[in-house]
Amino acid sequence: MVKVAVVGLGKMGLSHLSMVRALPGVEVVGVVDATTYLLGVLKKYTGLQTYTSIDKLLAEQKPDAAVVATPSRLHYPMVKQLLEAGVAVFCEKPFTLSGAEGEELVELAAAKGLVTQVGYHNRFVGAFGEIKRLLDSGAIGTVTHGLAEAYGPVVLKPQGGTWRSKSNEGGGCLYDYAAHPLNLINWYLGEPVAVGGTVLNSVFSAEIDDEVSSTLYFPENRTVSVSVNWSDESVRKMTTRITLWGTGGRIFADRQEIQVYLREDTTIPEGYQAGWNVRYTTELTEQVDFYLRGEEYTAQLAHFVERVSTGATDGINTFSSAVVTDKLIERMIEDSGRGPSVRLSDAVITKEPVKRSLPARVRDAVRSGLKRVRALVSGRK
Amino acid sequence: MDKLLFGDNQFFGVNHMSEEKARQQQMRFQNTDAVIDVLKDAYDEGVTTFMCTTHDRIGEVAQYFRENREQYPDFTFFPGMPYAHKYANAITTDGMMGAMRRFLPNEGFVDAAMRGTTSLVGKDIEGLVTLLIDAEMKMFEGLPTPVIWLQNVVTDLLLGLGFNEAFSIFADHVKSKYNAEPGFITMNLPMLASVLDAQGIASPLICANINKIGFRMSGGMDAYRKALESHDFRPVAMSVYASGAIPADEAIQWVCEQPNIEAIVFGASSRRNIHSTKELVDTYWTK
Repeated sequence: MVKVAVVGLGKMGLSHLSMVRALPGVEVVGVVDATTYLLGVLKKYTGLQTYTSIDKLLAEQKPDAAVVATPSRLHYPMVKQLLEAGVAVFCEKPFTLSGAEGEELVELAAAKGLVTQVGYHNRFVGAFGEIKRLLDSGAIGTVTHGLAEAYGPVVLKPQGGTWRSKSNEGGGCLYDYAAHPLNLINWYLGEPVAVGGTVLNSVFSAEIDDEVSSTLYFPENRTVSVSVNWSDESVRKMTTRITLWGTGGRIFADRQEIQVYLREDTTIPEGYQAGWNVRYTTELTEQVDFYLRGEEYTAQLAHFVERVSTGATDGINTFSSAVVTDKLIERMIEDSGRGPSVRLSDAVITKEPVKRSLPARVRDAVRSGLKRVRALVSGRK
Repeated sequence: MDKLLFGDNQFFGVNHMSEEKARQQQMRFQNTDAVIDVLKDAYDEGVTTFMCTTHDRIGEVAQYFRENREQYPDFTFFPGMPYAHKYANAITTDGMMGAMRRFLPNEGFVDAAMRGTTSLVGKDIEGLVTLLIDAEMKMFEGLPTPVIWLQNVVTDLLLGLGFNEAFSIFADHVKSKYNAEPGFITMNLPMLASVLDAQGIASPLICANINKIGFRMSGGMDAYRKALESHDFRPVAMSVYASGAIPADEAIQWVCEQPNIEAIVFGASSRRNIHSTKELVDTYWTK
């Protein structure tokens, strides 16, 4: 039996809890969250042991592993605390908000010999795994260019309030959405040598980016264009798409299907033919023991639990692989401050300020303060 | 219950095989009239039960069949709730209380609000669950809804959490308030069948993927067969074509051979496809 604790019961944490509890060979020994109401409900109806902090959990339980799904800025201190206590950690993405902190955690886990994993579930999607297999077999020859995309309907009007709308807490389209296709590109092509032309643009948000575009440079003039937008109402739910062009053909994939065009003169992998090949999720997906919201979510947890039970520190989506993506994101933020490299006229390009001016923020704070006072006063009547 | 139930995935751009195909379907059905036209075709082909989500646009469909009851007297709804995206989006844009206000049933706003508040404070989930069911059922007022389903996202979330009492709360409320049979949609049929059995829910309807290639049949084909043969529940098969991965004839023949199947849910966008599925079921359903 692998003893697992779940830390953070937001949207991701709750579904991780459900999936991990249903996995064979797992005993959930405790859940941690700051929301006491939610803990009360879970305790009453599911019999789970609940704790309001990791300290309290560790005082009573000795979990082998923990699933951390708290707001991103809390990943570093919480993961550190768990690793120091000798607990293997599965952490939601993005891993940490600074490459240096991420590397520190990689070293700590290695020193303790602990299993680590980050929730980049796309590496467990059949179609995206098939791209990796095809690239490794040399099917499209040398990759010359790629397009990494993600679109979805998250921020569709001006709003704010949760940590997701704060740039210094790991909110924003770059951390939340772009991280997925970037992580896949890291998997396929490794670490880029440079980034350029990064634009983090706001569509509706006051403080954060809703749109990301960038160019990633790899050795030998290979590039990947990044196009990500979470203010796209035209798609029903998030879609991540990868297109790769190579000397031997072209690959396109999203989570449902892979379309591969292979030239006559390339090495054709088994089961493929020259010309077009289309494979669907129905044939690329492996069965899981419990399904909640896509096989990949269960598969990544099963992979983690399996590694914890055997002590296999190598595997898919280890902390060190996730740090590569964290560092890339950091570099892209840095690059976004530079603006265009060649100007075609003397006209000044006015960049929309992503961060709002101090007076505007003060005005809003006063307004919401007044509103609260008014509510209190009317509540007394 | 009819042998053949008409599903609604195709109307809302849900396609488990291709995002491109899903987009085409969204374009084709972006006007509710196009949805209603296909439902009328299904009715004329003798497929008169619509197993649907509680998407806002289904409200418009329900309105149409309410107003044209004499023309479609047998048209029956099997609503499946909740339409989870609706809640997730509402909470993002309006906050928790704003979302609650939007979904409260019209029978006594204050009463509902009070029930909502007490259930939140008293940690008594029952009040909240029944409140949400009533809100979801609002759009079907005055229409026959002999079966009410709990959608798989919620069923399976609760199943994994071990929140088993919620299934009883749902079943009891659906029976007592709507005189309807409770149904549970799941991707984990063997596991759910045991839990419902242990909860003492007698002969529940369970709808799950049941297809020849075992697509999204968690627990595996053998466990499904065993559950179908041994458990006391009424199975309804969905995704019998596995999103088009199995040829129609082969898919229907196989599912009709499985033990104890009560009905098949299928989706189609054209009268021709509705007709051919109906024909296949009439051929192979010999029980």
